[in-house]
Amino acid sequence: MKASKLLSRIYTVLIFLFLYAPIVVLIVFSFNATKSRSVWKGFSLRWYENLFNDETILGALWVSIEVAVIAAIVATIIGTAAAVGLKSMNKKLRSVMLTLNNIPMVNPDIVTGISMMLLFVAIFGATGLLRPGFTTLVIAHVTFCIPYVILSVLPKLNQMNPSIYEAAQDLGCPPFRAFMKVVMPEIMPGIITGVMMAFTLSLDDFVISYFTSGSTAQTLPMVIYSMTKRRISPKVNALSAVMFVIVLVLLVAINARQIAEQRRTRKTNQDI
Amino acid sequence: MKKDSWVASPFMVWVVIFTVIPLGMVCWYAFTDASGAFTFDNILKIGTYWTYLKDSLIMGAVATFFCLLLGYPLAYIMSRASWAAQQTMMMLLMLPQWMNFLLRTYAWMTLLENNGLINHLLGQLGIGPFHMINTKGAIILGMVYNFLPYMILPIYSVMEKIHSSLFEAANDLGADKLATLRRVVFPLSLPGVITGITMVFVPSVSTFVISKLLGGGNNMLIGDVIERLFVGAAPNYNVGAALSLVLMVLILISMAVMKKFDDGEETGGLMM
Amino acid sequence: MAENIISLKNISVSFDGETILDKLNLDIQDGTFVTLLGPSGCGKTTTLRIIGGFQEPDSGDVFFGKERINDLPPHKRQLNTVFQRYALFPHLNVYENIAFGMRIRKKSEAEVKAKVAEMLKLVSLEGFEKRRTSTLSGGQQQRVAIARALANDPKVLLLDEPLGALDLKLRKEMQVELKRIQSRLGITFIYVTHDQEEALSMSDTIVVMNHGVIQQIGSPTDIYNEPENGFVADFIGESNIVDGIMHADCDVAFCGARFACVDTGFAKDEEVDVVIRPEDIIVVPKEESDLRGTVTSVTFKGVHYEMYVNVPGEEEEWIIQSTVAQEEGKEIGMTVTPENIHIMKKYTGDYAGDEELE
Repeated sequence: MKASKLLSRIYTVLIFLFLYAPIVVLIVFSFNATKSRSVWKGFSLRWYENLFNDETILGALWVSIEVAVIAAIVATIIGTAAAVGLKSMNKKLRSVMLTLNNIPMVNPDIVTGISMMLLFVAIFGATGLLRPGFTTLVIAHVTFCIPYVILSVLPKLNQMNPSIYEAAQDLGCPPFRAFMKVVMPEIMPGIITGVMMAFTLSLDDFVISYFTSGSTAQTLPMVIYSMTKRRISPKVNALSAVMFVIVLVLLVAINARQIAEQRRTRKTNQDI
Repeated sequence: MKKDSWVASPFMVWVVIFTVIPLGMVCWYAFTDASGAFTFDNILKIGTYWTYLKDSLIMGAVATFFCLLLGYPLAYIMSRASWAAQQTMMMLLMLPQWMNFLLRTYAWMTLLENNGLINHLLGQLGIGPFHMINTKGAIILGMVYNFLPYMILPIYSVMEKIHSSLFEAANDLGADKLATLRRVVFPLSLPGVITGITMVFVPSVSTFVISKLLGGGNNMLIGDVIERLFVGAAPNYNVGAALSLVLMVLILISMAVMKKFDDGEETGGLMM
Repeated sequence: MAENIISLKNISVSFDGETILDKLNLDIQDGTFVTLLGPSGCGKTTTLRIIGGFQEPDSGDVFFGKERINDLPPHKRQLNTVFQRYALFPHLNVYENIAFGMRIRKKSEAEVKAKVAEMLKLVSLEGFEKRRTSTLSGGQQQRVAIARALANDPKVLLLDEPLGALDLKLRKEMQVELKRIQSRLGITFIYVTHDQEEALSMSDTIVVMNHGVIQQIGSPTDIYNEPENGFVADFIGESNIVDGIMHADCDVAFCGARFACVDTGFAKDEEVDVVIRPEDIIVVPKEESDLRGTVTSVTFKGVHYEMYVNVPGEEEEWIIQSTVAQEEGKEIGMTVTPENIHIMKKYTGDYAGDEELE
């Protein structure tokens, strides 16, 4: 009993050590005074200075944020409407649509990327429209974000008692207002999850962007890729550290709130 | 609510234009030559690229195996931990995933290189140096490191739903810990294992980033070949599309096989 | 007299500083049907889990026959459990669920087959071997759970509110069924429930518990007819419980009236609880009794009418069951024969009615 407990404790620590050690090393050496990644030569912030003066990185960060905001909003609108529509579709059509919806999630990113690249190239070649760049990037991101929005909204719609929508209409509410007044509040948590997922997936994506952006628009992951391909620069370490801290703060903030909330509901549900 | 299905139409149009048609184009390119005439030559080129495809499949399978080996015990430990511990471990697992995977891969570059931290530390002990970067082992390590959480989380989420009374029932009927694990926990966790395997195998097989960063130029995978055929110096969309199609079909087949394996034993049922 | 198969000695358990069981002592005779009865939170399920080995007591000893089994893990105990929500293995069919314990013991296929067939016959589920547990109704799942537990040939079967999730009609059927299985096999059943009617109809012995303390142990008739305190009286069936004063042996006063009773041994003028079952109250014209009240409601219940009577000076209304309906608003007299007046020491704890049942 006690031995097995100790063993699982040790195992857990080892796995998390494996997951975190590289990141910790990365962050530690972002403060190194020299370019070396193996020998500590003293504390310095020069790589952070370098980072914050790098026009390419800052520009790409801005592009990434723009793309993510637009893609998240568009994907959420289309996806939420789709989820509502799917709910009232006949069974056959719905299962076809859900299968199509799954494609970008099941397909390897590289296939999704090159397939859209083929489309954009063909359209540009034939009409001169949609030159691969910012617009194609947004379209591609919307495409791979929609499925996640749908999948986070659908369960909320399924949980909802369908009679409330009818009840609102029965009480004299016109359909659209009934929808906004009673259905929206019910599915709001799903929509929020959807927006957040779309935003982070878009920020994080490299592979699909790589194939669909052409040469005119560069997102942050694309810049990181070209930097790492040119071997190592402590600037990347500094960037990693900054991103890690931002993510950590965000995640802790979100989780702390969620955990506090869940704990409260848990307490009230508990019954010995 | 039947009449509301029209709100899904933007989604339907979007899916057709940006998911279905692009995939259609992949097929079309795969079966035509540069002049647009029908041909099987592109598909038959597989022979030329067979070594890359084989390497990808083998390395993807090895990485998946290690993810399962390392991840399954942790998923089990997590699912039996206290609620607070579960939440903490979940967060600790997710946190590195929120950092761009290029940065995570880059972290290993700095550790594994010939004058990197690991060799430096080993050197102080008088061992080494070892040649670790730009090897197949490094690529597999990169895959395991990047995708391990994809294995743990689905298994954990299935295990966590196994009601404790099932453990007690098994215990009550004479099963010790090991027998309970073998006869109850493992069969019930199988759906999570299947999901985990696909979630690790698909990105591993199709990656071109990990192989480029950790494998150098001389350990090409099928993803690298496809990437080169689309954005390299001498692009050939037809052959690239054919290889993508083969990759997609192979992945679909392996997923179907896994699914079959799953359905044979399990049909969900009540897990409370 | 049969031997004790399970003995609990001075068992105490607390959880988060709250006492669940307080120095509990309980002996269970081999071959009997024993029911642990009480409201939720009374410690009955904890008691069962301690016997099953799923929970360790903070202090005290658990005996199986003469052997102390505190440190014996559940899979080595010669008893089996029917769990609250059945806990059938969803990945196994009916046959494999029942065979589970025998597979662990590496029994031969022939043995397993014979035993499963026997068990299915016992619970009347022949032909269900290949069915998935998720396709079964609640009652059928219940039977599989029983068969699975019994297939291990336990000396003692523990049942944790096994009928709680079934509807009323099925519950009645299963009560009869369980009793039949128990008397057929002759093994000990320890049954946990909060349903007093279930306890009365099946048990040889009922153990009434509240707040981790045993209130009374006895046969169903003892418990019903001679409740030891107000809690038991209130929990077992509906009762009118009023304050009374024992003027002398067999002489009690309550609600401004004086009655003869059969209880002795109280101090002179001791304050007591007086318990009277609703069906024991005889309605008489108001002139014929000192105990009077006004009928406030009458409900037809099938076999009898249930009436509420407002007695002046009493906080709670009296409840009467009678085959003759009275008019609402009418003033009536009430009388009780001496043997139907139950006098008890004052109970200071909570009454069952104050607790929310599961």
